[in-house]
Amino acid sequence: MKKTLAKQLDAINEYEREPIPKSKLKGLKSFVGMYAGEHIAGTEFVIGPLFVVHGVSAIDLFTGLLVGNLLAVLSWAFLCAPIAVRVRLTLYYQLEKICGKYLVSFYNVVNALMFCFLAGSMIAVAATAVGIPFNIAMPGLDDLYPSSIGWVVTVLFVGSVITAVAILGYEQISRFANVCAPWMILIFVAAAFAVMPQLGITSLSSFWEVAQTKIWTGVPVAGYTKFTFWHVMFFAWFANMAMHIGMGDLSILRYAKKWYHGFASSTGMFIGHVMAWVSSGILCAAAGGEVPPGPIAYASAGIAGAACVMIAGWTTANPTIYRAGLAIQSIMPSVKRWKVTMIVGLVTTIAAFFPALVMQLLGFVALYGLVLMPMGAIIFIDYWVIPKLGMTSNYASVANKHFNIAAAVTWLGTLAICLSLNFFQNVDIFFLGLPGWFIAATLYIIISKLYQKKNMGQPASKLSATSLTV
Amino acid sequence: MHILLKLISYIGLLLTVVPSILVFLGQIELSFHKTLMFVGMLMWFLTAPFWLNKQSETEVEG
Repeated sequence: MKKTLAKQLDAINEYEREPIPKSKLKGLKSFVGMYAGEHIAGTEFVIGPLFVVHGVSAIDLFTGLLVGNLLAVLSWAFLCAPIAVRVRLTLYYQLEKICGKYLVSFYNVVNALMFCFLAGSMIAVAATAVGIPFNIAMPGLDDLYPSSIGWVVTVLFVGSVITAVAILGYEQISRFANVCAPWMILIFVAAAFAVMPQLGITSLSSFWEVAQTKIWTGVPVAGYTKFTFWHVMFFAWFANMAMHIGMGDLSILRYAKKWYHGFASSTGMFIGHVMAWVSSGILCAAAGGEVPPGPIAYASAGIAGAACVMIAGWTTANPTIYRAGLAIQSIMPSVKRWKVTMIVGLVTTIAAFFPALVMQLLGFVALYGLVLMPMGAIIFIDYWVIPKLGMTSNYASVANKHFNIAAAVTWLGTLAICLSLNFFQNVDIFFLGLPGWFIAATLYIIISKLYQKKNMGQPASKLSATSLTV
Repeated sequence: MHILLKLISYIGLLLTVVPSILVFLGQIELSFHKTLMFVGMLMWFLTAPFWLNKQSETEVEG
């Protein structure tokens, strides 16, 4: 009997509330492709130029990128992946066991909103390429609101296509990323090579001199803050903070056969971030400081360049919308994931109408990581440290609580401290993630000690923490 | 058949990257490089999906 589309979509089982069965585990290559595809993204075409706008010097850029991206890979491999392969649950279900249903629902709404905004920036990037043949006016560096009807229509079209792909689930996303990744890598490299003569680079030996004097000059555009090695390093490390330190990739790495598949993120960090940010910085300089990615890629690589921006936007927006769908679906488990993803895609597309998401991308990415990071610290401490201190892991699940006050105070308290440092002490948002993690870890241990002690007199399950982990 | 598809895919990738090096070396014009990259793109996307994902599935099962 012929199945309807809705029935077929309902049948897509993504194991939202159960461990991944052994038969569904994936090998290293699947993650290599996925990470490469996800981090050679449309937004890379924006981040590289924004470093140029912020006046990074050449030496600060290269050293900052190398150190920061190395730290990011280590964070995936040693913080996120070991827990992912032990529990094999989504971030949201794992958090529900620690924080309780009510707190995790609030977190999931915040998380999904952040994912929507992030995916929105990727859709906007893709739209700058789709709009080229129709002569759509592109938003400028200082634009915050939709610049034309043409822009809105283009974004709407791109958002609809990306949402349709995200609805089909992880398998389809992985397949799409696998096909696109090798080609996109070469487009970035090729586009940068092709414009080098325009900048006066005619041999590899002349690259460094031109890089210092014409590309990463160390002089910011008027009105923009100057970035140093520390800005670049912390940005590179924390650009995906929500995914590694924030444990967002528990949902992805739960499919990994081994913990060391977390090192697959190195393809995304080094081939993706380092190479793509450097290349797009070169393209920006060759385009006279232009930032909209579609036109600068088209100027250097023609239709293939514009297509790369468009596809790069897709491959990043797809898993991001997928993650946002998982976040909302965990609040409403009875609603099918594809329906949730469709609504998430709509919100994302509306967010993409606003070019501010793209032009203020560096600050937004840092904020997004910071907001989600404390829950990653809570998961890490809850899994590795809390049992060693004689306390109960997965406390909400074990004690049958719907709201873990220790986790709530830790999350909101950490954010309050970090944002106070930003507002009142003018500490740059890029520098708050590292102290923030230690603040969250310390708060969670202290408050858990008090909270669990207080509740000891109340009847609670005597199940051990480890008996609940899968 | 797979070998032929792979061959076309790899030629597509070569057409994506080699012309830019030739532009860098001053051997061809930027406009010709853009045309070659477009051809390379078509070759890649019309052939790679037929073997790349099948290879991944084999690796996952193994």
